[in-house]
Amino acid sequence: MLESIKELYRYRQLLFVMVSRELKAKYRGTVLGFFWSFMNPILLVTVYSIVFGLIFQPKYAEMEKSIYYSVFFFTGILPWTWFSSSILESANVLIAHGSLIKKINFPVEILPMMVVITNMVHFILGVPVLILAFLILGKSLSWWVFFLPVAMFVQFVFTMGLGFFISALTVHFRDIKDILVNLITLWFFVTPIIYPFSFEPIQNSKFLKLFLSLNPMTHIVESYQYLFFYGSLPHYKKLFVTLIVGLILFYFGYKLFDKLRDTFVEEV
Amino acid sequence: MGSIIVKDLHKFYKKFANKHKFLTLKSAFLSKTLFSDLQSDEVFAALRGVSFEVKKGKTLSIIGENGSGKSTLLKILAGISKPSKGEVITEGRISALIELGAGFHPEISGRENIFINGSILGLSKKKIEEKLDDIIKFAELEDFIDNPVKTYSSGMYMRLGFSIAINVNPDILLIDEVLAVGDASFVPKCLDKINEFKRKGKTIIFVSHDLGTVERISDKVIWIKDGKIFKQGYPKRITDAYLEYIGKKDEVKASADHQNKEAEGSLDKEKRWGSREVEITNVKMRDVKGNEKYVFSYDEPLSIEFDVNAKKREKDFVFGLGIMNYEGVNCYGSNTHIENFKSTEISGKGKVRVNIPSLNLVNGTYFLNLAVHKRDGFPFDYHHFLYTFKVISRHRDIGIVRVSHEWDFSDNIKIKLKK
Repeated sequence: MLESIKELYRYRQLLFVMVSRELKAKYRGTVLGFFWSFMNPILLVTVYSIVFGLIFQPKYAEMEKSIYYSVFFFTGILPWTWFSSSILESANVLIAHGSLIKKINFPVEILPMMVVITNMVHFILGVPVLILAFLILGKSLSWWVFFLPVAMFVQFVFTMGLGFFISALTVHFRDIKDILVNLITLWFFVTPIIYPFSFEPIQNSKFLKLFLSLNPMTHIVESYQYLFFYGSLPHYKKLFVTLIVGLILFYFGYKLFDKLRDTFVEEV
Repeated sequence: MGSIIVKDLHKFYKKFANKHKFLTLKSAFLSKTLFSDLQSDEVFAALRGVSFEVKKGKTLSIIGENGSGKSTLLKILAGISKPSKGEVITEGRISALIELGAGFHPEISGRENIFINGSILGLSKKKIEEKLDDIIKFAELEDFIDNPVKTYSSGMYMRLGFSIAINVNPDILLIDEVLAVGDASFVPKCLDKINEFKRKGKTIIFVSHDLGTVERISDKVIWIKDGKIFKQGYPKRITDAYLEYIGKKDEVKASADHQNKEAEGSLDKEKRWGSREVEITNVKMRDVKGNEKYVFSYDEPLSIEFDVNAKKREKDFVFGLGIMNYEGVNCYGSNTHIENFKSTEISGKGKVRVNIPSLNLVNGTYFLNLAVHKRDGFPFDYHHFLYTFKVISRHRDIGIVRVSHEWDFSDNIKIKLKK
């Protein structure tokens, strides 16, 4: 494992180049270009502000004004997009880059890492927009925002671990891609993004509460909500346990990836 | 630095006959057969015990038919796939020209793609910056380098890919057929570069169907057949043997093809026409020993034979012969009238034979056209584009005919024929 990490360090330039290639290519040919990285979250938060602030006006105890719901939702959807895009793209990344695997002596682990890091950059570019939304809607932020890297680190480890698992297995079981699309939708609804964890129906049902607590994404998304929306220290015990789960997943995910590595050349 | 030792290399490809056995991923996990099902019982041996050694600075060429295992071998040498058995020991940095322009992104400019492809090939950013101008200049893309790669022609794409790969400056260079796709003016430039590598004492492994280049650049040739080394040694000896083998294989196919041609001709008015008052049938090509044959060396004697049948007496008749290449260029044509024969009478059956001491044509496939007609051109029987034959030649001369020639140099010019 340590050897592998050293190896990865050696490939950092390649990883950097591959990530910037993805980023450059994404908005190439558009008029606004790289500015789209900011435009997309701005448009997203505008839409949600209109829908929830003016039309639905959902009532939750912790949201004094219904317009605050749009920033609550935005706080959750931003890391969720990083997670879900990474997972869905991981399922396809080895097959899509088949020529690199088949024709070049290429360090394959770069590919799932490229996916997670590229989506992380999109996330990071969304953070200023999130802060701007808080300022515009008049919801105050606390210094806890500076703990953002901690939550991001936990999410990165967890997402990367799952990314290794999924990218390696999809090469052999292409079915995973189709399963994932639906699974991610379900996962979205069992993560407190459109509702807070304190939402009554969840607190009242033992089963739902347990189910949500077993979902690592619950604790990850919630920690962003603590940092931004509630302005307090995240539930550090839950987050720590999530980190341990993430590290275990990372370890086994990478191990499986490494074990199947030699089969990729013939299967992609 | 730069030597390669290959010991008893085997490569088995699995055929996943088992895969249908589990229906879902879940059942694979539950029955714990995931990994055992990923192993398979049916295997195809692409390489079956290949061993050789290349010393630093030497050039080895690998030849063989499609599917013989050449590319598998090269992929293992490049470290892309792992051998099932045996080992490869290499010293020094390897650069493989198997796929040019790997990782190119079509939406991104050529310049940015140089950094991507260069990094994939293992160059540091600093090195790429240093070599950037050389790469662009060699690829002849000065005016296009800031355009997105999707606007490039396939030739430009290949030039840029080659130019980056060659600038990696490896100790060992592996080349797989990549030159086959280049445009005519760029290929000699690539060959020059390869020769420069040779002069600098780099080790080269070259996989190609182009026997002329193989003979010119290599120190040793390995002929792979069915995943094993079939023959190896001195370039010319091996390529000649290979050429003969391919010729024989073609021969079998060509003879079989020939059988059907006459029947086809009687149906197709484009290929056979005329009044048939005098008819040509049973067209055959033979070598000196009288064996029927349709693949000839450029310098080999041969004869063309056909039967004639005049249904009534004719006084005015001319036999004609033409050879066209596949591009439809008339390579040679003549008839008995041009050659001052005066016809007096033909009736009933007869035989005609044309003896050709040597064809002197360049490598390629040719059509044999035959005709019998009146002096004024009135057609009795024309056979057009019906019969084909092949000319094989070691030389890579170009044009249509091989004009007989000899080189002569004064004493102060030091030049020598390679063995």
